[in-house]
Amino acid sequence: MKVTFPHMGYLYVPLRAFFSQLGIEVVVPPPISQDTINLGTRYSPEFACLPLKINIGNFLQAAELGADTVVMAGGIGPCRFGYYAQVQKEILADLGIHLDMIVLEPPQGHWRQLFRGLKSLAANAGPVTVYRAGALAWAKLKVLDKLAKNQFVIRAREKVRGSTTQTWRIILDLVDQADSVQAVYIAAEQGQKLFDRIVLEPHRDVLKVGLVGEIYTLLEPAVNLEIERLLGEMGVEVVQSVYLSNWVMTNLVLHTFHLRNDGEHYQLAAPYLGSFVGGHGLETISTTIFYARSGLDGVIHLAPLTCMPEIVAKSILPQVSVDEDIPVLTFMLDEHSAEAGIQTRLEAFYELLKTRKQRGHKNNIKQIKNESTILGRKSIIESLSWH
Amino acid sequence: MVTLVRIGIPRALLYYHYFPLWETFWRNLGVEIEVSPPTNKQILDLGVEAAVPEACLPVKVYYGHILTLAQKVDYLFVPRLISSQKGTYICPKFMGLPDMLKHCGYNIPAIIAPTLNARHGKKAWERSHLQAAEELGFNRRLTQFAWQQAQRELASYHKELQAGRTPVDILYQRQPPKPTSRHTLLLLGHPYNIFDEFVSMNLINRLYHRGYQVVTPEMLPPKLVEKEAARLPKHLFWSLGRLLVGTANYYLQEKSIAGIVHVVSFGCGPDSLVGELLERRAKKLAHVPFLLLTLDEHTGEGGLITRLEAFLDMIEWRHVS
Repeated sequence: MKVTFPHMGYLYVPLRAFFSQLGIEVVVPPPISQDTINLGTRYSPEFACLPLKINIGNFLQAAELGADTVVMAGGIGPCRFGYYAQVQKEILADLGIHLDMIVLEPPQGHWRQLFRGLKSLAANAGPVTVYRAGALAWAKLKVLDKLAKNQFVIRAREKVRGSTTQTWRIILDLVDQADSVQAVYIAAEQGQKLFDRIVLEPHRDVLKVGLVGEIYTLLEPAVNLEIERLLGEMGVEVVQSVYLSNWVMTNLVLHTFHLRNDGEHYQLAAPYLGSFVGGHGLETISTTIFYARSGLDGVIHLAPLTCMPEIVAKSILPQVSVDEDIPVLTFMLDEHSAEAGIQTRLEAFYELLKTRKQRGHKNNIKQIKNESTILGRKSIIESLSWH
Repeated sequence: MVTLVRIGIPRALLYYHYFPLWETFWRNLGVEIEVSPPTNKQILDLGVEAAVPEACLPVKVYYGHILTLAQKVDYLFVPRLISSQKGTYICPKFMGLPDMLKHCGYNIPAIIAPTLNARHGKKAWERSHLQAAEELGFNRRLTQFAWQQAQRELASYHKELQAGRTPVDILYQRQPPKPTSRHTLLLLGHPYNIFDEFVSMNLINRLYHRGYQVVTPEMLPPKLVEKEAARLPKHLFWSLGRLLVGTANYYLQEKSIAGIVHVVSFGCGPDSLVGELLERRAKKLAHVPFLLLTLDEHTGEGGLITRLEAFLDMIEWRHVS
């Protein structure tokens, strides 16, 4: 069995570790490129959402490298993602490519269902091996999430443009190569040291922008045209709303044991949206409100074109933007999105936010106070936990 | 008793499935009902302007109907449709529709938005309707009576549908012309697309004029649809999607139809996947011609007619040779 999986940001690092520990051969699909997108688009339904198309591209490229089994997540609706695997299977079969699909359906309140899916993967592995594999993957995920968060703070203040991105790539490799939980923590420390070596301009006037929206477009740089990097290099500190480890925690672990607590999201969004709408639609609204009240300068909303939950959110966001007094910019991304277009709109948005801040807009008064305390490096790292 | 109120019901989206229920319910409470006129260019233009550009055509049309009604009524009836059937959803946009309208930036009257969620049990629809009416000041006994009447009306509506009449034939009290062709076509699609004559560019009547008999998903008994939909490898969680898949599966095996015309709106989330599965299945079986028509606000009538005529000619030639 040679296992592959769809790309989503640095998800491949913990997944590779997990499967390797189980003694399964892993084929990580080549990084998403224009070729991947073209391949996926050619064989996918015309107005399917972008993640489905790119998944297809990933699978085709992985099959070329010898993969014979796909592992991916399922869902129970109403977001389309829950039916991806079935449609993708048909598309691949019609192309004459026979990949086994192991779909990990989210447990509907019962842990056994999830474990059954896992078990079909690790037939030979005992519970101890599975636990170890899980622990290693989890450690990598946690560490990368934390370092990614630091990355946003540092990139906005780097003296040499691109130095943070370069370091981040090295860190990804370091963590990817670690083969035990202890090695992961050592790699993380090394990574942090590399970050500390980057020369900063601590007094730079930095704007803070929150990213909200659909998880795949938020986490996959090839899809959002590296918006985190573009913003960072403009001198914007990005505040990311979704981290994989949080997502796994709420959706897999807490949900399974009936401990999930979305009360805060529902409460914040209630004046605007009275029901969950699948995907991350409700979280987009509630997080935008939260960011406005936390003193961020602006919010960028990302979603794939035709994404149903995010269309609901996009319809409501203008009102939130007015009421909460925070500029919101939406990007609906598809295979035709290009960096130049995004860059232009980001620059215009940046100018708007900067002007607002210079005029001492009320939201920013809070923030300027906040920032005077985060000039030294130590306090920058501390300030990461504020959100 | 409250003073006479006027409630607006848009002639869009699930109007074609539930209007008898909603009309009877509110009429029995003594409420005056205003239904928006059939979709026209003006309604469409209003909707296109008010809705976000990414929304699908039927949602834009719905916005248009709402804005057309806005000046004429005290309340708008926009239920929050989450689920009409256990274990399924409708579409996320239906779930957020009342909120999308409330915050669309136009001045519209108060919205009555009962949450209709069959996932919360058989009585969930009843509870929400009664609650919505009670919030307007109607007493419980009256609302219960109205609900019973409404359900009876809906049941007889379903009976008529299953007897082979289309929603528009029943709602507008029409008779389709007698078919002259011995062929039957399956017209697949969501009711708000195929029965809205403006949106579908009169598609169903064009088929009638060519002499065909037309069957639509509403005409199959729900149990049969469920049985056929259950053949999918995984439980399909969209109720309208189940209706389409179940119907298509049934007729593809039946072999009693000469062709399938599938109408989808551009950007329809569920249909992007369900339609794909259907088309692939139909192609594999290969004995039933399949035409996919995609609609949006820019669809030209000329293009649609050309494709439809080519398709119908092809069906006729198949049977000659």
